[in-house]
Amino acid sequence: MNAEACLQLDKVIHERGRMGIMSLLAANSELSFTEIKKTLAMTDGNLSVHIRTLGQAEYVSVSKSFFKNRPLTTCRLTPKGRRAFKAYINQLQSIVEENQA
Amino acid sequence: MESDWAADRLNQIRTLMDRSASYRRTLAPTTLAAGTIGLLASAVAWYYGIESPQAFVSFWLAVAFFTLICSILMIRRQALQRIEPFWSLPTRRIAEGMFPPFAVGLVGSLIPLNLRPLPPELVWWFPPIWMVLYGCGLFSAGSFMPRGIKLFGMVFVITGCLSLLGAIEPTNTQSLPNLKHAHLIMGGSFGFLHLAYGLYLYLTERKEEF
Repeated sequence: MNAEACLQLDKVIHERGRMGIMSLLAANSELSFTEIKKTLAMTDGNLSVHIRTLGQAEYVSVSKSFFKNRPLTTCRLTPKGRRAFKAYINQLQSIVEENQA
Repeated sequence: MESDWAADRLNQIRTLMDRSASYRRTLAPTTLAAGTIGLLASAVAWYYGIESPQAFVSFWLAVAFFTLICSILMIRRQALQRIEPFWSLPTRRIAEGMFPPFAVGLVGSLIPLNLRPLPPELVWWFPPIWMVLYGCGLFSAGSFMPRGIKLFGMVFVITGCLSLLGAIEPTNTQSLPNLKHAHLIMGGSFGFLHLAYGLYLYLTERKEEF
């Protein structure tokens, strides 16, 4: 019944780790790499891979700067990423509603 | 069945968004400014000898109002610089957390102002009660803020409680110290504690984010 709707779900966002990253960035204008890592209890490598995937899809932009002589990596959602995340949530919502009907 | 996982996903998203929306403004400048205003106000009150009970309460209410306005303007400036909404969800939560004790403090201070004359022994209760209420506000707001705001609030509550023990003592109006000394208590608590905490924040803020 929902197979089509499920297939339409954005695979980039649908993976659990990336969904977590997108959720955090949707609630905050920007977050540092460390904040995301701590909140989602991810390893450096795991988070880097997910951020790279989201970056390749142009959902997340990464900026590197320095704060008090230490490197600071911050991530934020791009407008395209925000739209995709909204669409993903709407699709989930419609799957839930469809099954409840 | 399928809707279960979809609903679970939506719940996860909601929980994550909710949990991560904590307050992210830099607190050092606001805290340092509040401390400086507190110490300056204490010095001004001491220098100009604001000693009548009514003047004492009115003066410190005005200082509190001025500090609050300064803090709001500084926070708003930070939000504008970061192109973020000022009245964000975390800010709203903090305001809601601080509102009850602050409202009690305001109303509880305004009502005795109408007493003519305002008994001096009553005025000695104000600084400790203000400290306790302020500490409660910080403690409550600390749930939505990073760093040691909760602990800072607790320091105010403890300092206020200890001062309260001292305020209970002078029931004999003849033995009451001059109200000028109460300004020192205000400066020492609201001024010095804010400056000390602001300095700590200035030296440590954001380091943990790397």
